[in-house]
Amino acid sequence: MQVDLQHVMKLARVELSAEEQALLGPQLGQILGYIDQLRKVDVSGVEPTAHAVPLVNVMRADEVQPSLPHAEAMRNAPAQRAGLFVVPPVLE
Amino acid sequence: MEYEPAIGLETHVQLKTRSKMWCGCANEFGAPPNTNVCPVCLGMPGVLPVANEEGLRKTVLAGLLFGCEIPPRAKFDRKNYFYPDVPKNYQVTQYDQPSTRAGHLDFEFEGRVTRVRITRAHLEEDVGKNNHFETHSGVDFNRAGVPLLEIVSEPDITSPAMAFEYLNALKEVLIQGGISDCDMEKGMVRCDVNVSVRPRGASELGAKIEIKNLNSFSAARRALEYEIRRQQGVVAQGGRLAQETRRWIDDAGVTELMRSKEEAHDYRYFPEPDLMPMEPGAAWLESVGRGMVELPLARKQRLMQDFQLPASDAQTLATDPALGDYFEKAACGAKAPKAIANWIINNLRAQLAHSGATLALVRFAPGAIAELAGLVDSGKISSKIAQEVFLEMFATGDAPGAIVDRKGLAQVSDTGAIEKLCDEAIAAHPKSAADYRAGNVNALNFLKGQVMKASRGKANPGLAGEILDRKLKA
Repeated sequence: MQVDLQHVMKLARVELSAEEQALLGPQLGQILGYIDQLRKVDVSGVEPTAHAVPLVNVMRADEVQPSLPHAEAMRNAPAQRAGLFVVPPVLE
Repeated sequence: MEYEPAIGLETHVQLKTRSKMWCGCANEFGAPPNTNVCPVCLGMPGVLPVANEEGLRKTVLAGLLFGCEIPPRAKFDRKNYFYPDVPKNYQVTQYDQPSTRAGHLDFEFEGRVTRVRITRAHLEEDVGKNNHFETHSGVDFNRAGVPLLEIVSEPDITSPAMAFEYLNALKEVLIQGGISDCDMEKGMVRCDVNVSVRPRGASELGAKIEIKNLNSFSAARRALEYEIRRQQGVVAQGGRLAQETRRWIDDAGVTELMRSKEEAHDYRYFPEPDLMPMEPGAAWLESVGRGMVELPLARKQRLMQDFQLPASDAQTLATDPALGDYFEKAACGAKAPKAIANWIINNLRAQLAHSGATLALVRFAPGAIAELAGLVDSGKISSKIAQEVFLEMFATGDAPGAIVDRKGLAQVSDTGAIEKLCDEAIAAHPKSAADYRAGNVNALNFLKGQVMKASRGKANPGLAGEILDRKLKA
């Protein structure tokens, strides 16, 4: 099973060396091959499921709880300005 | 060949909840940056989101207001993309099993009731807000995780003006249903538009072009006007349009290419494993349904039919539900609902605006307005005196009848009393009397004014005029 590794790398925003690509490309292919194998199982008559846990309607009441203190929230930020998380310029 | 547009809208509105969708941070506009944030809405590893029931209730209620189907099962999905305002690198949304689908919105456009089908209204989360500096950007995550309802319409809209009216009508329903405050200034409503052109009468849609970055309804209208002209220009010159995403540049009044179909995002949707599906049972749905309100258009039509109100009055009352309720209480069983509507729409609203009070603080019951209108209708007081009585009612909360009695304001229709006042007026103003006799009609009005003044406004003006005329012509 061929994988468009360049596309996957772009989507995941990861950079891989030539060696890593040579190793991971076929491995991803094997994973997809396994999925292909699963596809052959006859699941007609089986309800599709998004979750392994048979739980529904897990909800909480609409109540405000304390947020993090501002300084605490910003603690991991490599850079900040005017209370904001500073990031490279974005325009879209 | 003539090319006609087909327009579909995706409208995002922030739901009116106290807390965010997956955590207890406040859903509040205007707080200092990054103060309504916690590990969940900052996308820290290892956290578990839990759905805010009110967000789900408001989503389903919106669906009910749009006459949507409410599927027995809904679930959440992750929409994956990298952007600094999305701290988790995915946005939680509802992909293939939304909470509501297949509804519609009816609204008035060009004097007719028009229907636009609603494909779906699903629940998702808002993202953070980018602020742009010269060389970098800054992100505020206060908005991240605020419940957001996305209302997707079918491409049933045929003009920018119709899109504008659709948006206004949508907003009105959402406000009256308590779904969202829809405060544009606070960014509570945003929309993307999809627009294509096709030869008139063709059944197939043209290439769909999406326009983003529309922060007001008028921006949506202007962007559509521009974009339709642009697309018609391209096809008129034999060009071909391809699916793409464009951005509206408000200052320049143009759209520009953002990304082509090839560059379209690959969102890799998959079920959100941290959030359990939703199965709204009958009891839950019934309790949500208790929040249903009469739609503004339906109410307008009913007010026109039941109370014979003109469209403009019915519109005013339907747009302000509290005022509409007040009117209906006052007009219930009344002979002349139009007069009651006038009192409420003109006088009561003016006094409320003047005093800064709200309807809830009005000191008299709605029935008092009907009583006041009745006093005028029966001729007990003149309409001029009624204005004075109304002000007194507003100030004291006393019943109009009691005020009329207390202040001696009842209209004098006693011919004897008015005759006397007329004689006095003629005697005091012989020149006017002579003018009238000489054919100057206005002189009678002057004399009538003197009689009204002498009676402190209580004389029946019609009667005073008749008596003066009779005496002067004698």
